[in-house]
Amino acid sequence: MKCKKCGQRASVNMPQHNLGLCREHFLEWVPEQTERFIKKYAMFTHEEKILVAVSGGKDSLSLWDILHRLGYRADGLYIALGIDEGVDYSVESQRLAEKFAAERGLTLHVVNVQEQTGKTIPEWAETSLRGRQKPCAVCGLVKRHEMNRIARDLGYDVLATGHNLDDEAAVLFGNTLSWSREYLLRQAPVLPGTPGLARKVKPLCRFYEREMAAYALLRGIEYIYEECPYSAGASSIRYKELLNQLEHDQPGAKLAFYLKFLDARQQGLFSAQEEKQLELHPCPNCGQPTSAPGLCSYCRMVGEFGG
Amino acid sequence: MVKLVLRKQEFEARPGMALVDALKKVDILPEAVIAIRNGEVITEDEILHDGDVIKLVAVISGG
Repeated sequence: MKCKKCGQRASVNMPQHNLGLCREHFLEWVPEQTERFIKKYAMFTHEEKILVAVSGGKDSLSLWDILHRLGYRADGLYIALGIDEGVDYSVESQRLAEKFAAERGLTLHVVNVQEQTGKTIPEWAETSLRGRQKPCAVCGLVKRHEMNRIARDLGYDVLATGHNLDDEAAVLFGNTLSWSREYLLRQAPVLPGTPGLARKVKPLCRFYEREMAAYALLRGIEYIYEECPYSAGASSIRYKELLNQLEHDQPGAKLAFYLKFLDARQQGLFSAQEEKQLELHPCPNCGQPTSAPGLCSYCRMVGEFGG
Repeated sequence: MVKLVLRKQEFEARPGMALVDALKKVDILPEAVIAIRNGEVITEDEILHDGDVIKLVAVISGG
């Protein structure tokens, strides 16, 4: 296969776009497309301060790299979860995030969950009701809370995450299987900010996961290759595998699934009760918006089971 | 022979095959991996040569 731009040997084939590109042109194409998506979905401007949630994985480090290349004011946030499980998962991912930042002279904020809450994620998973059998539920809750807190406390305009199209399509697939209307309502490339919550954006939401892995490899970005030890058997991975099988038989299926959902959502498919769904109340303890009056889930968990 | 390496697993393939066919034989979707030969990322239509060692990088992450 030849590069569509220069005729040299292609490194990356993207059948959904009928496009093959060599290393050089692929590494130009990805930031160009990212900029296009940032503008198309009005994610942020060059004047705004962006906080990139960095896990040490290929997607978030690539996102940070791309935003830096595009000249955006983007700092990183790494949340140390305290996951070890015999493979030093958190230690290694933090090392890679710090190495990435140091090599480029970028600012990385590090929040340690154990220092912040008194326990690591595995400890929370063992001791809280929410965490029983579900460490990922606790992890998601704590990460969301800390990302929102740091973005608010340090004055960032927007919080950017490295979710790629496979992530989005898998979430969409799961929520469609269960017709989780409230989650379908909230899935979008941009979640507008509300008092106490920074705007959330997903600039990579139209890139396939494979493209982001190729970007990281071709840019020489060192990322954590091992999976989180708790992700084994996760439904999101199973959905991704199913969607890849569909993509194999029908190139472009994943992209169409997601984009047609966004179109349908924009045209009002889920809008009838939207205003009711968006009623939020400030948590009396941390001030972050929560769906029901009283303490938010995070403060309830830390209050009841902390110490 | 050609060797395909994915994490700790190794597979063998016949020289002269396209990578996409070799992947199919060992039940790996091209959508789920990046293939690297001699340090270069290659596309799935590349023909495999005797002695090639193809490193397959899994791309799916999540949880």
